Amino acid sequence: MTVQNETDPLEIAGERLDSRLIMGTGGAPSMAVLREALVASGTELTTVAMRRVDPSARGSVLDVLRECGVRVLPNTAGCFTAGEAVLTAKLAREALGTDWVKLEVIADERTLLPDPIELVEAAEQLVDDGFTVLPYTSDDPVLARRLERIGCAAVMPLGSPIGSGLGIRNPHNIALIVEQAGVPVILDAGIGTASDAALAMELGCDAVLLATAVTRAQSPARMAAAMRHAVEAGRLARQAGRIPRRHHAQASSPFEGLAT
Amino acid sequence: MKVIVNGEPREVPEGTSVAQAVATVSAAGSGVAAALNDEVVRRSAWDDTPLREADRLEVLTAVQGG
Repeated sequence: MTVQNETDPLEIAGERLDSRLIMGTGGAPSMAVLREALVASGTELTTVAMRRVDPSARGSVLDVLRECGVRVLPNTAGCFTAGEAVLTAKLAREALGTDWVKLEVIADERTLLPDPIELVEAAEQLVDDGFTVLPYTSDDPVLARRLERIGCAAVMPLGSPIGSGLGIRNPHNIALIVEQAGVPVILDAGIGTASDAALAMELGCDAVLLATAVTRAQSPARMAAAMRHAVEAGRLARQAGRIPRRHHAQASSPFEGLAT
Repeated sequence: MKVIVNGEPREVPEGTSVAQAVATVSAAGSGVAAALNDEVVRRSAWDDTPLREADRLEVLTAVQGG
């Protein structure tokens, strides 16, 4: 078995991605650091936010993505209502020529937790309008199921609050979401370090989306490489099938034939 | 007439188009979108869409985020 040469693409809405690590661009100290990190991560899909143009801005994140050959995934970060999120998604479609959107409708600035009522409302409108909707959601399996039924192309439950680096606080809920999902499950938000990303994949997630853990690391490019390996390692471990946990030891060396 | 571009009040001549107003904040040939009073105006319609008194124009682009 030649594990190294196996292809294991992620498919979202009929589109194939060879990397299961989706990156965000927020928090990088410079475009140069961002470029290095994106290259090291091996990502093929990366989020951007939509904001009022700043006439004094120098260098565009779009140029960096183009140079890296990375596909752009606009988000609706900062939107508090379905109406704001839908307008932002439509502006992103017009500006960037993509109907993919990371749908984010937050409830408050302190927790940045998703507002489930507004999220479902926005998802319905955007799916009806032909968008490929990737919703950032809480780790509630019922809400994830509702989003899938509406027609979302993936569900993206949080591991813990955005930017918190607290990892996956409720692995059981993530496992429940994975168990029932008919669309890709992408662990979005809360990743702090490589082991968190590996755990997400071991739990059966199809991909991981992260930004802060890389962009605000002391060495973003190194952490990006770590995340790339962690996602691959976690995926392989999931496919390999882990051993059951045991209460007591089980010797791996035979007892027979010992010198006495 | 008075209009609001990206939250800033502005005085512009009667008949100013969306294209002309966008040009005051961005020279980018792509990657920019505009909404007039919360409705997206396709780029192909910018030249032929005039602003009216008290219109709100939002001009957005992609920035680092997410």
